[in-house]
Amino acid sequence: MRRSPRDLPLAAVMLIPSAVVFAVWAFYPLVRTVQLGFYRQDPFGAHRTWVGFDQYREALSLSAFRHSLWVTVVYVSLTVPASLLLGLGLAVLAHQQLRGIRVFRTIFSSTVATSVAVASLLWLVLLHPSLGIYNQFRRSVGMAPVDFLNNPATALRAVALTTVWQNLGLVFIVMIAGLQSIPDELHEAARLDGHGAWSRFRRITVPMLSPTIAFALVVLVINAFQSFGQIDLLTPNGGPLKSTNVLVYQLYSTVYKTRDPGLASAQAVVLFAIIFVLSMAQVVFLDRRVHYAQRPAGDER
Amino acid sequence: MTATAPRRVRAHRRRRELGRYASHRRGRVLGRYAVLTAVAVVVLFPVYTAVVVAMQPLAAFTDLGVLVPRHLTLRPFIEAFGNGHLGRYLVNSFVVSTAITIGQVTTSILAAYAFAFLRFRGRSVLFVVFLATLMIPTEVTIVANFETVQRWHWTDTYAALVVPFLAFGFGTFLLRQAFLGIPRELSDAALVDGYGHFGFLTKVAVPLARPSIAALTVFSFLGAWNQYLWPLLVTNNDRYRTVQIGLKQLAGTNSVTFNVVMAGTLIAALPIVVLLVFFERHLVRGLTAGAVKG
Repeated sequence: MRRSPRDLPLAAVMLIPSAVVFAVWAFYPLVRTVQLGFYRQDPFGAHRTWVGFDQYREALSLSAFRHSLWVTVVYVSLTVPASLLLGLGLAVLAHQQLRGIRVFRTIFSSTVATSVAVASLLWLVLLHPSLGIYNQFRRSVGMAPVDFLNNPATALRAVALTTVWQNLGLVFIVMIAGLQSIPDELHEAARLDGHGAWSRFRRITVPMLSPTIAFALVVLVINAFQSFGQIDLLTPNGGPLKSTNVLVYQLYSTVYKTRDPGLASAQAVVLFAIIFVLSMAQVVFLDRRVHYAQRPAGDER
Repeated sequence: MTATAPRRVRAHRRRRELGRYASHRRGRVLGRYAVLTAVAVVVLFPVYTAVVVAMQPLAAFTDLGVLVPRHLTLRPFIEAFGNGHLGRYLVNSFVVSTAITIGQVTTSILAAYAFAFLRFRGRSVLFVVFLATLMIPTEVTIVANFETVQRWHWTDTYAALVVPFLAFGFGTFLLRQAFLGIPRELSDAALVDGYGHFGFLTKVAVPLARPSIAALTVFSFLGAWNQYLWPLLVTNNDRYRTVQIGLKQLAGTNSVTFNVVMAGTLIAALPIVVLLVFFERHLVRGLTAGAVKG
């Protein structure tokens, strides 16, 4: 099937559908966003003035934007390590030969089926000031209930909790696939050498799993930087005292509420820069892994 | 002593030892099940409390029956469809997600075939360009894409919800990998048999890549069904809102009560839960394609 340049017309026909979509909805808007960042625009889109890098400088010095960057970083640190550790824990727990273990694996991966809207709203019951069981407990011992989502001290943590729960399924699936790809002989050999369960976990599982962990880490960080739905649903308008005003929410309100496309574009470019760097890290991780954890061809599962 | 003991005594002793070992093992296995079950209960707990709330009349909340339901009713589910327009939202989500899935799978098969089996100048550069789209998230391009949608008067149309997602860099990557895994002998044999590219694509390449295509299909549908930011931006009208945005409407409407919101949330989750139960293997393949195999 490999023929020479005669293939070009056919290749063009096969690639054009994708290429057009990418050009119009990914590459053009990216260039356009950078360009819009150079123009100051009034809310009605009538006047556009070239301001060069001023708007980018303005975006970066804007206290609301800086605050949203900080909130996002806190949010990443609240969600990523917890998701990773708990998801790994679930995977280690379900990585054993037991009758009916499939049922548990399905349950542990089930939160991958929830959308951000579903996951957030399900948690409304548990976070509810009167219905949530933690608050019922507090009341039964005579303490005042906490309105987690309306309290600036707890709102971000409450939203993060729902995200960690939603992440569990994805991390579990990725981790258990990683665990299953570690050859049993390694564990067997270490057992014969007298290594206990903890020692085997530290000396075999973690190193062999490190590429998977690195991959999951980058994916989770990128996802966390893109968080929006849970913030929008659980804490309208960026939360109490803007305590949950993450980067994408800030961007959304600049587009939709302030109606300042120029400033929004400058903020979007900063977001792109962050995600770009993280994606490059992902590529590097993936590349490295192909080198030192290459499996024989045909070993698909 | 043991060596000289009569045979029957020895057998008895051994059986007793084996029995002790077995019961020890059984205890450990039971312990594992206990831990697994406890963890499963914790993982599913938010779903359980939502179900309990969704199945109770509003009056029951005054005596706080959240852990153990007392007055079971299905009214909130009915109301979610009536008052909450959930039916319309679900239809929209099905239409949009199906269209996106069919589109992504089709364009990915075509592009992947070109990258795997055709020779043309600039092939590897173009492939990198396709992969580069994965680094441009929706969140970054909303400003300019929103502008395009307004310029084309696409606000509140299915087109706005579907067209931007009709190509998928990851899908192209996944299927190209699958096509490259097809043995050379097969493609040579197909050539000898007089198959053109069209025959080879439909009769050999696609059937052999079926596992990857299935994975992509489930993965695409899941992604499309769960979209939030973009549908929120381009729809203002209930006729075109998807179920995720419908849930936001439901939660933000004062006339809709809390139990109805929970009922709606559970209904919105159901199609994907069914998808997971029936196609778990494919979904897992899709999710781990990047993670476990390079």
